[in-house]
Amino acid sequence: MKYAYYPGCSQEGGEEHFGKSTEAVCRALGIELEEIHEWTCCGASSGHFLNENLSLALPARNLAVAEKMGLDTVCVCAACYLRLKQARREVRHDPELRRKLGGWLEMPFEGKYDVRHLLDVVVNDLGLDAVKAKVTKPLKGVKLVCYYGCYLMRPPEIVAFDNPENPTTMDRLVGALGAEARDWSAKVDCCGGSLMLTRSDAVHDFVGNIADRARDVEAEAIVTACPMCTMNLEAMQTGKDKLPVVYFTELLGVAMGLPDTGKWFKKHLKSPAKVLAAHGL
Amino acid sequence: MQYESKSGVVTCDSGFAEQVRKGSGVSFDRCYQCLTCTLGCPMAQYMDYPPNEIIRLVQLGLKKEVLSCSTIWICASCESCVTRCPNEINIPHLMDILHQMALREGVKPKEPHVPAFHAAFMDPIKRFGRQHEALMSAEHFIRSRDFSPRTLKVAGNLGIGMVTKGKIKLMPAKTGKGKAQVKKLFKDTMKGNQP
Repeated sequence: MKYAYYPGCSQEGGEEHFGKSTEAVCRALGIELEEIHEWTCCGASSGHFLNENLSLALPARNLAVAEKMGLDTVCVCAACYLRLKQARREVRHDPELRRKLGGWLEMPFEGKYDVRHLLDVVVNDLGLDAVKAKVTKPLKGVKLVCYYGCYLMRPPEIVAFDNPENPTTMDRLVGALGAEARDWSAKVDCCGGSLMLTRSDAVHDFVGNIADRARDVEAEAIVTACPMCTMNLEAMQTGKDKLPVVYFTELLGVAMGLPDTGKWFKKHLKSPAKVLAAHGL
Repeated sequence: MQYESKSGVVTCDSGFAEQVRKGSGVSFDRCYQCLTCTLGCPMAQYMDYPPNEIIRLVQLGLKKEVLSCSTIWICASCESCVTRCPNEINIPHLMDILHQMALREGVKPKEPHVPAFHAAFMDPIKRFGRQHEALMSAEHFIRSRDFSPRTLKVAGNLGIGMVTKGKIKLMPAKTGKGKAQVKKLFKDTMKGNQP
């Protein structure tokens, strides 16, 4: 299993532990990642806000390089995932755009290869049996909720690899790791995304509600698959008793007994280490 | 055309709906006001017009009301509305086209910090090819001049967390040829150059 790898800016910035845990876990699972040479930002939420052509050209540049590698691309950030997937979809549907992009990029881009989120690859390509076979420290007794947010599943004609209103891919994965994924009502709610600095009132409300719904089902931590969601959930919870947030890749690392989990947890605004330690992990 | 409403005289711009239809490619005429978009919209309670009313205002050609409202700026692009709309109306894309139109036509944004943020977000990307979080934050405050206690508290908390957890990167990422290529993409696409 070999993929072109698009890390995304957060994974070498503030959410470096998501990138590090991704690389370590893929190595351990036998998923080969080859980083896209000289990759650049996808434009995230701001590209399409400002200019539609730019919002397609920025991700397309990376996919055009991946196309030369002849590989499907894997990414871990949900925002990168939507932007990359959308650029591929538009270019396949629109010959005029393909021509324009080819000129702007000075290289051809036909959208021949797919874009996948790592969660999709681990559960649907590798499979849960292969994951289970690698588990040495089952996450027994850990009660979790899996948070999908927006762009893993919406809009479904571009991204979804599961039921957009009630996805269970991540739930099944953490279940395979031995943890207990609780059903809950906020799994596809919005965290407020890029409004953190501009409408923090709304983002506080959203994140507060997500944490409350997690507490309703007695979850000890929230599992995520997106650096933006994680940043909002960690930074915008209020009150003393904040719920820790943990990446699905970090949980894979813990369950497979990988050595660097402690280093990753130190980068969290609230470390999930204590919750896991309470279960002897 | 002008007519009187409860809130005074409003002006209908008969070309507006067609302008938006052409610019966005969004078939908003299919809307039958079922309110599914608004019921699922997390931001609806913070908007002056909920999404279903924006659609109606566009259909009616109430350009001034649409371009000067808060809705077109604070849509979170969560994609819930378009996922659930029985008529497959791409409302988030419509919001993008509407606030871009407002910027182009020099309408004062009802939520000026939002376009300031997005411009600040793109700035390090334009310069280095990738995001640089510290520069982006600084740029946001320079552009928005939003030094309200609410925003300073959020930025302060996040900043302290980033520093104490060793998350701040000083040097921008090295993207080799990518940097120049991204600069060119900004130039070409923002101008609308047709190669």
